[in-house]
Amino acid sequence: MREGRGGVSAGSKVCSRLLLEEFRKTQARKTVSQHCSAEMEVVTLPVLHRMAVCGGTHGDEMTGVFLVPELERQRREKGDGIWPIALTTVLSNPRAIKECKRYVEKDLNRCFTSALLSSSITDSTPYEIQRAQELNSLLGPKETEDAIDIICDLHNTTANMGLTVISYSFSNWVCLHLFKYLKEKVTTVPVRLMLLDIPICDAYSLESVSKYGISLEAGPQPQGVVRADIFNFMKEAVNAVMDWIKIFNSGQVIEGGEVESYMVEKSIDYPRDPETQRPSAAVHPQLQDQDFCLLKPGDPMFLTFSGETVKYEGEPRHPIFINEAAYYEKGIAFHLAQKKNITIPSIQAKKD
Amino acid sequence: MDRERLLHLRNKEDVVKLPALERVAVCGGTHGNELSGVYLVRERLKKRRKSEVMEPVTVVTVMSNPRAVHRCVRYTETDLNRCFTDAMLSFSVSDQTPFEIIRAQELNSQLGPKGSDQATDLICDLHNTTANMGLCLITYSDCDWICLHICKHLQREMATIPVRYIHYDFPPAEAYSLDSVGKHGFAMEIGPQPHGLIRSNIFTAMQEAVQLMLDWVRLFNSGSEFEGGWVDVYSLVKNIDYPRDPQTHIITAAVHPDLQDRDFCLLHPGDAMFLSFSGESVRYKGKEPLYPFFINESSYYEKGVALFLARRRRVEIPSIQSSRT
Repeated sequence: MREGRGGVSAGSKVCSRLLLEEFRKTQARKTVSQHCSAEMEVVTLPVLHRMAVCGGTHGDEMTGVFLVPELERQRREKGDGIWPIALTTVLSNPRAIKECKRYVEKDLNRCFTSALLSSSITDSTPYEIQRAQELNSLLGPKETEDAIDIICDLHNTTANMGLTVISYSFSNWVCLHLFKYLKEKVTTVPVRLMLLDIPICDAYSLESVSKYGISLEAGPQPQGVVRADIFNFMKEAVNAVMDWIKIFNSGQVIEGGEVESYMVEKSIDYPRDPETQRPSAAVHPQLQDQDFCLLKPGDPMFLTFSGETVKYEGEPRHPIFINEAAYYEKGIAFHLAQKKNITIPSIQAKKD
Repeated sequence: MDRERLLHLRNKEDVVKLPALERVAVCGGTHGNELSGVYLVRERLKKRRKSEVMEPVTVVTVMSNPRAVHRCVRYTETDLNRCFTDAMLSFSVSDQTPFEIIRAQELNSQLGPKGSDQATDLICDLHNTTANMGLCLITYSDCDWICLHICKHLQREMATIPVRYIHYDFPPAEAYSLDSVGKHGFAMEIGPQPHGLIRSNIFTAMQEAVQLMLDWVRLFNSGSEFEGGWVDVYSLVKNIDYPRDPQTHIITAAVHPDLQDRDFCLLHPGDAMFLSFSGESVRYKGKEPLYPFFINESSYYEKGVALFLARRRRVEIPSIQSSRT
């Protein structure tokens, strides 16, 4: 049970285990692994009513910072009717945006665990924890029926990741179908799916507040910079998400199939100086920019500043988020993921 | 002094004699999140090259803005690399004075004083940019034969990265950056690299360039003659800001995809320059084709600069030799 100011509202305070299970049953929610061998029956899901596009969750990731106001401008110019779904646009971290920094006191996109969303607010509570609870009230509450259907949270990375759809593995077929559609429609840049195998209460990012949340991560782009080419394919991706929603909501059967995903297993840190704890090497030139390519044992991984090569010694895996500037302080040079093919069923919206 | 140098050019057989460069400074972390220089300085300091005396040159290695480096930000209160004008170096400091102004005066004591005989002979200040500029030497003079010869040397020796020479036409009193403290000096700018991270190939290129520069200095000091020739110089003409909302002042467009990453490719009148977030192209309305650089440098958004524009001309440089011999 969650308690505390800013947590779950009274009306949906009955986030008891029973209601949650009922909710999950009616949403036909199953884990990805259980469905790997499911038969290809058409799964019926409720129509999607509300969506949020969020930008500036990290205040220096500029595509979202500019795309959200652009969507608002379109709304002012052409009215709400241009979109197939009720759209909420959000600049998630206004204080960080104003200072063009990732965050002011604490990384906002790590503040959405159930524990942090229900923690008590005091004068010394970091700004971002308070803001996360505000966003949870606005778009959630997380894990309840009142939560918004889809959150599409816009991010940038300094890593060479093209357009990467990030979702949690507990997510329903909607997220996987969204990815499948994006991969078909967005052709100017590679589109890939990264999955985090974390249970919902521990899911820490903004999109976990919604029923079907995804992050759209676009790179490479330096922090504080907006590149027109990246802005354009992100705009294309958001439009494609809304096109898919229109198709889904119309009641058409959306055919299933196979999707390729990268399931994150662990992270690798930079070699560090034992005294100063500062990195003593950079990502090796042969690994730099090779996100999603296979890293095999013996492959070069780091090049120290004095010129020695450090090689990878582990199972063959796919590195992601190679040399993301914001991850230096988190002790991450890159994540390692295993490629997994997932069979997704055909789905169809069930009209209310 | 300049006139004398120019007179020497009348007879191209003449070799210009210049004083040896006895003291050289390598500075990094002038902007605390431009990490190639930060790590290069750390490596040099680790190898106890804080002040190495290797005949015939003393090399001083300096971390310019340790506070900004510690926080991995460009600056803490004001941009250190705008604090070296004569006016700011003689500013009376108080408790309210921003850290970087005080630090600039400390660096001026250590490496200057600017404009005096005691000033460091050559300052090489290491920087990174998010713009696709390769390696650039940025100076305030288009007739500093030392800097131009070093550029020519790097162009000849560096295979992996283009090397160019940029000239800002400011008189010494108004020259605002750290490199202006030395008798000769330049910013060594390498990109593209996002701020706050380090790319191995960029670090290696900077390391190579610094080593080539120091090798050149030693050769020069030992009396070698360096043959004249020419260097293409890009002289700053003006800067262009982003289109902005007249009320909020927030930018309404990004650098156009046709211009992005095309530093030093000639921009003609009518060429696409910006693409608004709503999809309209904004074109270059100038009358003169010019060379853009610092295209989409992240730290220049707050300074109101989307790109700089330069004219290019070929500068003849004389043969030079150290006047020791």
